[in-house]
Amino acid sequence: MSDLLDILANPAFWVAVLRIATPLIFGTLGVLLCERAGVLNLGIEGIMVAGAFTGWLAVYAGAPLWIGVGVAALTGAVFGLLHAGLTVGLALSQHVSGLGITLLATALSYYGYRVSFPKVNTPPTVTPFAPMEWLPIPILNAQTALTLLALLLVPLIGWVLHRTPLGLAVRMVGENPQAAEGQGVSVAATRTGAIVAGSALMGVAGAFLTLSAFNAFFFNMINGRGWICVALVVFASWRPGKALLGAVLFALFDALQLRLQQSGDAVLPYQLYLMLPYLLSILALVLVARKASYPQALMKPYRKGER
Amino acid sequence: MRLERRHETSRTALALAPIGAVLFTMAISALLVLWAGAPVSRTYALLLQGGFGSVFAWSETLTRAIPLILTGLAATVAFKARLFNIGAEGQLYAGALAAIAVGGLHGGSGFALSPWLLFPLMMLAAALAGALLLLGPALLKNMLGVDEVVTTLLINFIVLLGVGAMLDGPMKDPTAMGWPQSVGLQPDLELAKLVAQTRVHTGLLWAVSLAVIVWALFKYTVLGFDIRAVGANARGAGFAGVPVTRTVVSVALLSGALAGLAGAIEVAGRTGYVTLDMSPGYGYSGIVIAMLAGLHPLGVVAAGVFVAGVLVGADTMSRAVGVPTYIADVIVAASLISVLVATLLTQYRVRLK
Repeated sequence: MSDLLDILANPAFWVAVLRIATPLIFGTLGVLLCERAGVLNLGIEGIMVAGAFTGWLAVYAGAPLWIGVGVAALTGAVFGLLHAGLTVGLALSQHVSGLGITLLATALSYYGYRVSFPKVNTPPTVTPFAPMEWLPIPILNAQTALTLLALLLVPLIGWVLHRTPLGLAVRMVGENPQAAEGQGVSVAATRTGAIVAGSALMGVAGAFLTLSAFNAFFFNMINGRGWICVALVVFASWRPGKALLGAVLFALFDALQLRLQQSGDAVLPYQLYLMLPYLLSILALVLVARKASYPQALMKPYRKGER
Repeated sequence: MRLERRHETSRTALALAPIGAVLFTMAISALLVLWAGAPVSRTYALLLQGGFGSVFAWSETLTRAIPLILTGLAATVAFKARLFNIGAEGQLYAGALAAIAVGGLHGGSGFALSPWLLFPLMMLAAALAGALLLLGPALLKNMLGVDEVVTTLLINFIVLLGVGAMLDGPMKDPTAMGWPQSVGLQPDLELAKLVAQTRVHTGLLWAVSLAVIVWALFKYTVLGFDIRAVGANARGAGFAGVPVTRTVVSVALLSGALAGLAGAIEVAGRTGYVTLDMSPGYGYSGIVIAMLAGLHPLGVVAAGVFVAGVLVGADTMSRAVGVPTYIADVIVAASLISVLVATLLTQYRVRLK
């Protein structure tokens, strides 16, 4: 028990929590934007891989770090556009399209990596973002600017969604596309915009891993983080503030299992600790399932004039 | 742009759609081959030759197709009822582990029984392990509305970690020099070879028979009718008196069992033990195969052989011209998306205005 208190009292622990939470914040906000507009985006896992790869590749090729982040966002946006074309334009199953995009984006990234570095065993590294030591806020000043960006995006997206006409349009096409169309809102354009923007955030979530948390691209580095974001959005009841809370809580448990695993006196196989994040995600889904208020039109394709 | 439903869908168009989509994918993927600096025609020729060009190629392709057909059937059964089972990967590993738990070497974890009794027990245990793994998500979906895609996906990670813990612990092979590898299967439980001197085993007969059984089930049984009704419209089916929950539970058990059997058949036919890399994503490829086959159980056999051939051919091709083997995964994933679009275009016409 005192072990636990020691861990919680240690600032380094909270630095780790915030670092683990950052990609989840970006990813969860991305999923949230898509789903608020009525579209499930299971492409996230692959889009994160692609963002991690292209962002890192750009920086490796000599681009400044922020350009790398931009490239990752653009990569995400391109896959988002594909998803929008398939699900909004052609009204294909959102589940299947998303999974297809995850498989495609992952395969393309791995292929691109192998073509770019055919005979390399240890992945080449880049100089990642530096911590914001100039910032007079403890814990946050051990993070990079990307974490600050993620934290600022939470109120920004919350404000846009709930306080602006644009946000109203996004929520309307996710709740009642017929009514939105009646109000002169283009369902297809609004949904496409939301998916593209959300997917860009997913790309940045991936780039955080290669340009801030680590300095290289590894296979399997996303490792289910994307799926966890999908679960976190349900936990957050599609609200940005709660998404932040969910991501931080989740990261807290993840950091805790890391410490417990390292504390040496672990009596259980380490795999059981690694299971915790996934078990928690499922538990969160089950706990909020009863009162979950899904956007009413989520996963329902919309065709003009059809009911 | 808007979609207009065609008055009738031509069966020829529906059958040709997957072929056209795959050809389109190959054309697009040629750009990736060029990026790798290899000659396109030679690369594709090597790919085809490596997958289908010789008796050895066919034997390797069919060996690889066995688990793919089974996970493809698992996805087909579930998707028909709109139960999106993305957990076949975990179910496969659970089945493999269950098979070893029953049929592991004496002194390992298995039982000293006659193989005539032990073999069916082993298969039953594997099917049950896979089935039970999908039952939870299916019930959560049906009772609480928890999205089964996310739960089955997350369970894959949990199962793989669990298998890892077993291979490090109770089921570890003490003679494996520290490798995380399970104890071996009793030799008399192994599946016989179908062709001498190759790796193709009688698991192929299992896979094809199960495809025929699933096809007959869809076509001729009440359960098959109920599955299609629930898949078309669960609420409507409920009003029409179809037992929705019972159907979803049956589908979950059947789908999970098929994926579990895929694991047991891999162990009994190919590997002889469980490792953490025994499946390079067969569970996920099964989804693609089910979609390529248009959720038709017999089509799954053809799609499974096609995907297996691409994967096997990519290995040979990569050794010869140095194009990374991941090209196979790109082709498979892009085929999935183009087949979806092509199938849609057989049913709808795109009107630009």
